Amino acid sequence: MVENVLVQDPIQEALAGLARFGGAVQADDRQNYEGIVVDRAALPDVALVLRDELGYDYLSSVTGVDYLGFGDYFEVVYHAYRTSGGKGLTLKTRTPRDVATVPSVVSVWPGADFQEREAYDLMGIHFTGHPNLKRILMWEGFEGHPLRKDWQEAYFESEHKPFESRWPGGNVRRSEEYNPFGKNVKYPAGFTMDKVRDISEVDHYEGLNLGVQIEGSGIRTDKLVVNLGPHHPSTHGVFRMVCTLNGETVETLEPVMGYLHRNHEKIGERNTWIMNMPYTDRLDYISSMSNNHGYALAVENLMLKNQVKGYNQPTERTEVIRVLMVELTRYVNHLWSIGFLLNDLGAFFTPALYAIFERELILDFFEATAGSRMMCNYMRFGGVFKDIPERMMAHAVLENDMIRDVDTMEFLHNLIFERLPNFTDEFDRLLTKNEIVFNRTRGVGILTAEQAIAVSAAGPVLRASGVPYDVRKADPYSIYPDLEFDIPIGTYGDVYDRYLVRLEEMRQSVRILQQIYPRLKETAGQSILGIDAYSPRIPNGGESYGRVENPKGELGYYVVGVPGKEFDQNPWRYHIRAPSFINLTALEQMCVGHKVADLVVILGSIDIVLGETDR
Amino acid sequence: MTNHDHLDLRELHDPDIPLPIELQGNLASTNLSRIYNWSRAKATWPLLFGLACCAIEMIATAASRYDISRFGMEVMRASPRQADLLIVSGTVTKKMVVPIVRIFNQMPEPKYVLAMGACASGGGPFKEGYNVVSGIDQYIPVDVYVPGCPPTPQALMHGFIALHKKMEGQRIHNRNSVPWYSKGPSDEIPLPILGPDIVDPRQAAILRQQAESAVLLAEATGD
Repeated sequence: MVENVLVQDPIQEALAGLARFGGAVQADDRQNYEGIVVDRAALPDVALVLRDELGYDYLSSVTGVDYLGFGDYFEVVYHAYRTSGGKGLTLKTRTPRDVATVPSVVSVWPGADFQEREAYDLMGIHFTGHPNLKRILMWEGFEGHPLRKDWQEAYFESEHKPFESRWPGGNVRRSEEYNPFGKNVKYPAGFTMDKVRDISEVDHYEGLNLGVQIEGSGIRTDKLVVNLGPHHPSTHGVFRMVCTLNGETVETLEPVMGYLHRNHEKIGERNTWIMNMPYTDRLDYISSMSNNHGYALAVENLMLKNQVKGYNQPTERTEVIRVLMVELTRYVNHLWSIGFLLNDLGAFFTPALYAIFERELILDFFEATAGSRMMCNYMRFGGVFKDIPERMMAHAVLENDMIRDVDTMEFLHNLIFERLPNFTDEFDRLLTKNEIVFNRTRGVGILTAEQAIAVSAAGPVLRASGVPYDVRKADPYSIYPDLEFDIPIGTYGDVYDRYLVRLEEMRQSVRILQQIYPRLKETAGQSILGIDAYSPRIPNGGESYGRVENPKGELGYYVVGVPGKEFDQNPWRYHIRAPSFINLTALEQMCVGHKVADLVVILGSIDIVLGETDR
Repeated sequence: MTNHDHLDLRELHDPDIPLPIELQGNLASTNLSRIYNWSRAKATWPLLFGLACCAIEMIATAASRYDISRFGMEVMRASPRQADLLIVSGTVTKKMVVPIVRIFNQMPEPKYVLAMGACASGGGPFKEGYNVVSGIDQYIPVDVYVPGCPPTPQALMHGFIALHKKMEGQRIHNRNSVPWYSKGPSDEIPLPILGPDIVDPRQAAILRQQAESAVLLAEATGD
């Protein structure tokens, strides 16, 4: 890892490095905002200088914010980092709302591809020069851009919850029942059904040159279009790939998503700050605890900036419990991911059954502590919901067919020091040297380090390509600086390396857990709450970007408080940088040229979860 | 006396037909409906189809700890042509409801639908989302609803038991009880259309009527 020698303030450094652009680059001087504001005409050049001269080679997140009523402009926010580590730089550019155009940065950071498409889809910002600017989450033909502040849902009642119809009356108005093109019809007179056109499928097949004979093959043949998904057992959810095949070889591949687009961000802007916590569980629904952590960090950062009265930094006990939960979650996620990768390889369900059984042990602990197996909703701003209980019910390991009431610390000790390390070894022994696994995965779906950085790949996908970038080390948070662990990296960047990286990360998680266990004993009895009393009106204005190393990659939350207000209930903007979504940018280049049977394996090795991909 | 080493035939026996007490459990005298439903309920094949978070709990139900094969349901089929039961396990979005209706139409009768979790039953925590359908029952008929977010595997299994009871209560000779025992094939459910928003073709008449009355109202008020 390159030592980060640049200790100066990133904003001053960037301003100095970008001095040649004159007035086109300025520091963002709004209160509680940070970073630089760039004139949109100069954006591609500034981006190029940032990448090539200042070393910001990794674009973490791109999103738009609609400042309707506060200047009436769209702001596009870029978070750029160095893969050598350190703090990042927030880059902003502005465009008027009526003709919203911003030059695309895909040529500089290809990882912006899907994220710019998302901003176009949900906010209606046109990115000039984008190679494939079309809707990504909603379907083509959908009316409006939902994340604009003046776009209101069909059920719209008020800007934030609780809605009057729900409380105290409890009459929920559901979107589908208030669909403006349903019974609350908005069609003109003389309407007939054949005037409703469904163009949602057309653009997926455009430019595929269907029916053209493939030349030089000696036999008369056509390209074959195969739709994998959205209902397919190996797409890990409702993901769809439209690919063209020449024989069995993949020629083009287009990921189609949005089948699980649950409007997380729009709902999040209606919610109060704390109400978003359970929604974050449902992003990457296999690792809810670490989703909670990222959101808590983002909001805590905003509370610090605003010096919210009554807010205290999380206690040591809180941090210890958080890391315990997050590392257990990482273990669970990698178990699941490896189990289902083997499923995709054809080892139907046997490795997954082993993995799921160990997962159940950890879920028992989650259930005892947070009250739920999967959707834990456990962390709070400055604390956690509840301390770990003294005793718990161990359902998964029965003795004489009986559920046991056990001491939680003993259960954890057994789990961390015996059960999980042994299981990791067993998994390793059963799978790593298996000839079929090796032959099916070695050399398949290669992503080089340069490609991985360029497309903003994150997590095990990035590290398997040989880039030792882990947010826990590169931009540390919580108590990770005190803990000893290594960052496993791969050599070739293929599916096998991704498998090995995940396996080694399971070992490193156990290593962290073994350091956490004694600290859990030491800190017993300390407070777990960082805030004096529950208050939904927590942070006010300003922005914050909280990012954590989720099992699937870097998870970031970009939150903006309502501008110009002392206190407000809900976030003005709530955006999620989802690793599963952005890792898919690399899917096409990994798959093209491989056989169709390898498609599901490559997809499985990215380890996507659709709740997070589509949000 | 019942011989417990063998299959107990009492669930198969029609209780309206008298049987000497010593033969109960060893001999069954029954009717076609009963034996047919008993076989169906003991071997329901679900579609291997997951939507969202609930699918993870569905997989956990199928895995070793909860072991769905105790219900004869472990044969999850990836093709709707071979499946009896559609478990709608997760949030149904407007974009996804079109494939789901298509899958439902492709399933051969008799077919059942289980709405797993709050989202599939009524929209759940995302019910106000602009892309979310407030329950799959807006489009296809649902037999069993399982509450929870997500439902625990125990809750899902309770839903299976409820479904089996429902299956066992259906009668071949009563053609009104279920659509598939009447003459001819059942009607397909028309696919929703993804226009400017989702449009349900079954509402075409209402839509037209409302569009006309809206125009009349606008003329009357001079709007």
